[in-house]
Amino acid sequence: MPTIVVEVMPKAELLDPQGKAVAGALGRLGQTQSALATVTGVRVGKRFEISIDGEADAATLAAVRELADTVLSNSVIEDVVGIHVQNAPSAAVV
Amino acid sequence: MRIGVVTFPGSLDDRDAARAIRLAGADSVALWHGDHDLHGVDALVLPGGFSYGDYLRAGAIASLSPIMTEVIDAANKGMPVLGICNGFQMLTEAHLLDGGLIRNEAGRFICRDQGLRIENNTSDWTTGFSANAEIVIPLKNGEGSFMASAETLKALEGDGRIVARYIGGNPNGSLNDIAGVTNARGNVVGLMPHPEHAVEAGFGPDTDTAMASGVDGLVFFTSVIAQALVSR
Repeated sequence: MPTIVVEVMPKAELLDPQGKAVAGALGRLGQTQSALATVTGVRVGKRFEISIDGEADAATLAAVRELADTVLSNSVIEDVVGIHVQNAPSAAVV
Repeated sequence: MRIGVVTFPGSLDDRDAARAIRLAGADSVALWHGDHDLHGVDALVLPGGFSYGDYLRAGAIASLSPIMTEVIDAANKGMPVLGICNGFQMLTEAHLLDGGLIRNEAGRFICRDQGLRIENNTSDWTTGFSANAEIVIPLKNGEGSFMASAETLKALEGDGRIVARYIGGNPNGSLNDIAGVTNARGNVVGLMPHPEHAVEAGFGPDTDTAMASGVDGLVFFTSVIAQALVSR
């Protein structure tokens, strides 16, 4: 069963208060963990995993692209930054 | 006059809006998000709250509710529609109003009495205000920062479609201090602050004369009632 992944990020020119809050917390950790001291910013976006029945063919991808542009993102405040197909839902990174 | 208030899963201020409508002198009609029926109302309020838990984006899932087909159709035919807070977010998501709302600049939920200047007193919901009237009504939201492209912002400003602007400091990072906007026709208005919470002495913001006596919000509702009488 293929999974179509859609990634959405807040527009680069808009402030991302959520990313800013995470970056602030990492900055505080950076004072004790030197590996984090080089972090200069964090932006938080969304990842959708759309499971489909059948092939992820051109027509299906076009339909998902349309869905990504009209429902999964709001072009006033967000950009769709990636759409790709993978063969199964994501599992933990090992 | 009959004004409908649509309840979505997660609406919080639907009953306050209905009460404000009754205090202003109209009949309130409870409408349900899952219906395809506006029950013949003359105007509509989309209330505040956290429809669908603000999942996806604030107002986004509600903007796809069954009743929104009828709401969008009626709005495009000229029916007065007021979106308050989450309702404003729905109206932007439904493309009835320009712009969008993002998380407050400071990342915090804000709940306070907020000064506003009413800069457009020709919309269906603001005709009762004098030009550039300064009012105080409650503001309470986490995602109230108004954003729009430079081009859209220029059009909103140029066309006089900024209904309300924050005064006494920008609470949330909204571009140009925008608290509310209208469409070209002036029948659809979106506001982040809550007029329905400032409609009855004893329960509104403090004023110079007495505690909790602010009723500035009532004018939005009396305006639309007066408009309906004029246009009849």
